[in-house]
Order: sequence, then structure tokens, then C-alpha cells
Amino acid sequence: MQIVFLPILIPLATAIVLALLSKNVTIQRVVSAVSTLTTYVLSIVLLFVVRGDGIQVYKQGNWEPPFGICLVADLFSCAMIGIAMTIAVAALAFTFWSIDKEREKYYLYPLFQFQLMGVNGCFLTGDLFNLFVFFEIMLIASYALITLGGEKRQLEAAVKYMAINLVGSTIMVGTVVMLYGFVGTLNMADIAQRIASSPQQGMITPIAMIFLIVFGLKGALFGLWFWMPGTYSVIPAGISAYFGGILTKVGVYCLFRVFTLMFVYDTGYTHTIILVLAGLTMLVGVLGAAAQNNYRSILTYHISSQVGYMIMGLGIYTTAAVAAGMFYIVHHILVKSALFLTSGIAERITGSQHIKSMGGLASRYPAVAVLFLVAALSLSGFPPLSGFTAKLLLIKAGFEAGGWLNYTIIAVSLLVSLLTLYSMSKIWQAAYWGKKASDKPDDTCFSYKALLVPIAFLVGLCILMGLYAEPFIDFFSEAANQIMDPTVYIEAVDPQSELTPN
Amino acid sequence: MEGLMAIVIGVLFAAGLFLMLRRSLLRLILGVALMSHAVNMLIFVMGGLRRGGIPVGAEEELSGATDPLVQALILTAIVISFGVTALFLVVAYRAHQEHGTDDLDEMRELKG
Repeated sequence: MQIVFLPILIPLATAIVLALLSKNVTIQRVVSAVSTLTTYVLSIVLLFVVRGDGIQVYKQGNWEPPFGICLVADLFSCAMIGIAMTIAVAALAFTFWSIDKEREKYYLYPLFQFQLMGVNGCFLTGDLFNLFVFFEIMLIASYALITLGGEKRQLEAAVKYMAINLVGSTIMVGTVVMLYGFVGTLNMADIAQRIASSPQQGMITPIAMIFLIVFGLKGALFGLWFWMPGTYSVIPAGISAYFGGILTKVGVYCLFRVFTLMFVYDTGYTHTIILVLAGLTMLVGVLGAAAQNNYRSILTYHISSQVGYMIMGLGIYTTAAVAAGMFYIVHHILVKSALFLTSGIAERITGSQHIKSMGGLASRYPAVAVLFLVAALSLSGFPPLSGFTAKLLLIKAGFEAGGWLNYTIIAVSLLVSLLTLYSMSKIWQAAYWGKKASDKPDDTCFSYKALLVPIAFLVGLCILMGLYAEPFIDFFSEAANQIMDPTVYIEAVDPQSELTPN
Repeated sequence: MEGLMAIVIGVLFAAGLFLMLRRSLLRLILGVALMSHAVNMLIFVMGGLRRGGIPVGAEEELSGATDPLVQALILTAIVISFGVTALFLVVAYRAHQEHGTDDLDEMRELKG
């Protein structure tokens, strides 16, 4: 099925075309808008195709797996591509209306398309080494996007971000080949089969743990998130919504993928560690957020905290919990990107990232305040917004699974919700209420109204996910059923597989 | 032979990590480069070390063959690490220009 390849091919082709057109900003804008919207529509089509006809596999060069590289689109990866493209559309629209001319001329749009290509590739690939390659494409584009503009802070952030990610990539490729050394294949479905029948089970668990560290580094788990707050505060606001929403979630997606497909034979050990990490990640992330005074740093610490909730679903490891984890990922991406975009508007108005020097935004810009409030309440889990549904599903699944560890983590997650509300109200009180601070003087002609459109789009989706949750819950249950049974994935990739369904 | 290679890889990793933990930006980059070399060697060893085996051929010739896949993987990994190291050098150079120092502890714009 050729459509599986398009979410990678279209951004790649667009990026090349845009790089050649770098002189003409108007054409660049038109081309990237058209291409991003096309990819968005295709990602939705792909989602319906996969839901109707089952997992779609694209074999490059028609090499049968495990030879050659294949792309696999199951419901989970389609959901991730769909949500990633939603954010891409919103982030791009926001960038059009907010970016300064200097940055726009220096390959902003081609780099963004490369980024989309890398991210979509990570979601689609069915080959572990190929996953590493797409990770690198995504990361190299993000290195360039961070330095774009060449400010002092940006270069410092880029040096630190690159150093940590290079180490991460080095360990990742090392781990991939170690796994290759044991099972002799790189195709994920084939690895899953061979691990199932491997005599060297003892060696698989350490490898699984190194994967946890590698993907945890990208996904900003407990102890591995120190690189994130500095980095995300130096990127242009529109792009930072994509970074904050999607990039860390690629790590989370990979965790979900490898820990439901391959490393499922020692769950008492691996998934318990994930569950404990989830609890620590939530708690430490939210405490970090509570101590910050920079609008974007607060939001960034929250990414880490929220990643804890997602992998809590993976750690509990029942179908209901994994479905809840997926629901949480999608909800979180929408809300977090919307919040990053509001930070972009607030920074543009006041010329500062510090919440203390904002003040009184609510009385002058009520629409921004309302959108922020809805997103922030959804993040902390107020009914009837999407965050409430996500947390309810997760906690319900935890109670169904039982056990003292699950109960502890549930208690932690409830406490963290409260602290989330606290740190969100900190932004609200300092930036939206409080004494009126003066606007940045040179930006009087800047119209913020257009910037509200992408935020309203994301917040609207988040309200929809809360009020009309039923179809979403059905969808994620279906997706969870699919990934919790590795044989479905294996059969789709390699119909001749000898693994009997269990 | 594998044992020797394991030691070589371990030493490369250790040396890379040691350099990375220095405060100088240039040493950091050299450390990363050494680590990526260590990983490339690891890829090579993971395919199994054999003398004189052929990588491609008819089925009956392939007993005791070498694994051609790891060599393709190394090539990809080398190209990627080469490109990223080049980019890192440029970014480091620009950072050095802007900050006037190559001491990572003195780059503290992001704090506070």
C-alpha cells in the first residue's frame, strides 16, 4: 500500500524544493502550507484505511521481511502521525503570523519539513536501525532549528542539547546492534518472534533496560530530563509548540512500541521499573515546574511530569491501561502545544518570558486568557475537558489491575494533578491577573488576533476529546488491543511467521 | 580476537566519556567522536569476526560466510556521526565566538 510511504515522502520532497526556493519567502510559505495540509489530510486518510482494512505494510523495493526495510502503519502509529500533523498545521500557521523576517529567510521552513519527515518516519518504521536513522533526521533538524537566529542563549542551549543527544544516539545505535548480535535481525516483527523463541532470555532484559534509558532520554523521563527546560525556551514560539508537543512523545511512542512488541517476556521486572519511573517522573517534574518563574520553563517541566502519566499506562500493562496511556498522549500533545502557543503570544506582547514581568494580560487580552485557562484546566484534569477523561481512564485501569504499587502510583498521580493546578495557577496569577505591566513598546502594530486561530483550533479539539470522548475511547481501546497482542503486528508484517497466537 | 576487540571498545568508550566530562567544548566534541568510533567498532564485532569468509554468494558457498549487513550498518552510522560532528563543530565555533569562552561552566545564559 503506497499511502503508508507518503507521510515521509511528501515532507522530504517539500524540504528539498523549499531549500531551493530559499530566497522567496512568500512562495516558501505557500508551498509549505500546501504540503503540510496535504500530509495532514493523507494522515487522516491513512488512519481510516488502517482502521478499515487492518495494519498496512509497505515493503521497500518489495523485499519480503525480514530482508529490506518495511514501513508499518498500525492504529497507534496512525494516531501518532495524525496528531503530529495536527500540531504541525497549527505550529506552522502560528509561525506564519509570528516569526521575524530574519529567521524566516534562513531555511526555517525546509528544516521544519525535515523535522516532520523524521518524526513521521519514527512513527512508521518497522525496522530498528531505520528507527535510529529517522531519529537522527529528526534530531539534526532540531539542532538547526534551535540555533536558528544565532543568539547567545540559543547557541548555548544547542551545544548542551547536541551533546546530550549525541550520547543518546551513540548508546541507541550500540544497543540496536547488540540486539542484532543476539537475535540476528533488525526487523521489529522478526525481532519479536526471535526473542520469543530465544534461548538467551537473560541477555534480552539488560538490552531492554538500555532501550529504556535511550528512549527515556528522548522522552524526558526521571533523571534524564535535565536537558529539556533550557532548550525549549530558546526556540521560536510556533516551532516550540511542535517541539514541546511532539518531540518528547516520539521517545514515549518508541517505549510503547518496544515494550509491547519485543520486551514482553519479563514484564514483572521491566514494566515494574517503568511504573516506578513513571511515579518519580510525574512528581519530580511537577516540583520542578512549581519552582520556576519562566513561562516556558514551567510548561517544559510539565512535559516531563506528564510523560510520567503516559508511561504509567505502559507500566500498569493491561489493555485498558495502555489505551488510557495512548489517550493521554494525544490529549497531552494537544493541550501542551496550545499552552506553548499562548506563551508565544504573551512573550510577543510583553517582550519577556518571565511571568513576573507580564501581569494583567487577562484584562487587556481576554481571548488569550480564556484559551490559556481552558488548556491549563484540561492539563490539570478538570471535567469535562480531555485531561479529566484521560486521568479517569488511567486511574480506573490502575484500580482494575490492583496491587499496592499501582495504588501508590495512583495516589502520586492524584497529588501531581493538584500540584499541576498549583503551577498553572502560578502562571495565571502572575501573568494574566496581577498588576498591569507595560507592553513591549515597538510591537504596537502587531496583531495577536490571527494567532488565536491555531490555539483555538487545538483547544477546540481538546474540548471535543473531553465532551465527546466515546469514539476516542473506542479508538484507543482498539489500538491498545492491537499493540497488546504482538502476533497481530507480526502476522501483518510477515504472514508466514511460525509464531502461534497465544 | 573478540576479547581484544571488547577491550579496545571499552577503552575507547572510557576515553570518550573522560573527555566528555572535561569542561572544554573542544574536548567534549572529541569525546563524542571517540564514543561514536567505539560504537562503530561494536557494530563491526557484533556481526562476528571471521577471516576469509565471503559475504555474498550462492547458498552452498555460504557456510562460514561473513555478515555483510553490519558493514552496511557501519557505513550508515559513520556517515551520520561524521555529519553530526561537523555540525557540532560549527555550532561550537559559533558558541565560542558569541560567548568568548570554550569553558562550558562559563556559559550560563540559560540559568535564572
